[in-house]
Amino acid sequence: MEHYISMFVRAVFIENLALSFFLGMCTFLAVSKKVTTAMGLGVAVIVVLGISVPVSNIVNTYVLSPGSLSWAGFPDADLSFLRFLTFIGIIAALVQILEMTLDKYLPALYNALGIFLPLITVNCAIFGGVLFMVERDYDFAESIVYGIGSGVGWALAIVLLAAVREKLKYADIPDGLRGLGITFISTGLIGLGFMSFSGVSL
Amino acid sequence: MASTKEMKSVLFGPIFANNPIALQILGVCSALAVTSKLENTLVMCIALTFVLVLSNVSISIIRNHIPSSVRIIVQMTIIASLVIVVDQLLKAFAYDIAQELSVFVGLIITNCIVMGRAEAFAMKEKPGMALLDGLGNGLGYSVVLLTVAFFRELFGSGSLFGYQILPLITEGGWYTPVGLLVLPPSAFFIIGGFIWVLRTFRPEQVEAKE
Repeated sequence: MEHYISMFVRAVFIENLALSFFLGMCTFLAVSKKVTTAMGLGVAVIVVLGISVPVSNIVNTYVLSPGSLSWAGFPDADLSFLRFLTFIGIIAALVQILEMTLDKYLPALYNALGIFLPLITVNCAIFGGVLFMVERDYDFAESIVYGIGSGVGWALAIVLLAAVREKLKYADIPDGLRGLGITFISTGLIGLGFMSFSGVSL
Repeated sequence: MASTKEMKSVLFGPIFANNPIALQILGVCSALAVTSKLENTLVMCIALTFVLVLSNVSISIIRNHIPSSVRIIVQMTIIASLVIVVDQLLKAFAYDIAQELSVFVGLIITNCIVMGRAEAFAMKEKPGMALLDGLGNGLGYSVVLLTVAFFRELFGSGSLFGYQILPLITEGGWYTPVGLLVLPPSAFFIIGGFIWVLRTFRPEQVEAKE
């Protein structure tokens, strides 16, 4: 149990997808103008990461890894070169299914997430999370913890940045830096703050 | 055939006038983490430009046959296949760099520049123009990335492409490296500064007050 808790904390703070790997930056910078929308997107990312990482883990273990097709009678097959294509397909399909399910059973949440759900397919944070899971050889239980943890970390980061940007509106910023420039710099500062977690050993 | 002037603006426009990173906020995602060394950055830029040009051209060739309802999936499939080719090539010929870039080569698939150009340009224009557009945007991306990497490697570890330029104090020289520049957040500061310089020379890109 301790192992999983430490993995979770590591995924949220120390190895934060947005602030230490810069994943999902396009959406991160584009949709962080208001705290409420940032929160909606954050929740959507947690849900999609929490589902897609474990599902990709299953597919990777039983279909794609070298020798994993032995249950079907192909012990020599190595389909690992198909990983990118398969994972992006899984993510796109999951987002689509999630969208339809939410639309049918939880219309309130569906309306709140709105445009963000389809956008998530091309969010690098999701794909990055899946690829890190493969690279670090997580097993199934670990992949659930990692998926949810990294999603929470990303959500936390975008809400923080949105809160900073809401206040920045009242600041007098040099012309050339206004908008995108100052956003980059504030993100860098938040990132520096998060780096102080790297001393935490669990 | 389009005029020479138009072709020029498609090719060189994205470098400063309409830079994908500094103005369109595209493709920042996978870009920043690979800029601590110039060599890795160069490989990343070549890989991205390669994928961008080929995906633009191939999507543009079949643009009249793609039903608009499934176009995202078609684009994704084409891009993902190209990235697989790049990934396999890197693993075969530059294994060390492939290890260092780790997941970021794969992340070219979800790089918004590739998707964005496919959607915004290649779906409408002829293959020739799409090729130039891909090349131009690849260059625009490379200019920003190489600038960032240049500063980070030169001042962060005193070297360029792995060759020692500024002798480090730890090895008997005079230069004390700026540790901050080796850390990932420094890339944000440099890009922020890049945008500031760019917009000082091109005031039309300055954003309006809210």
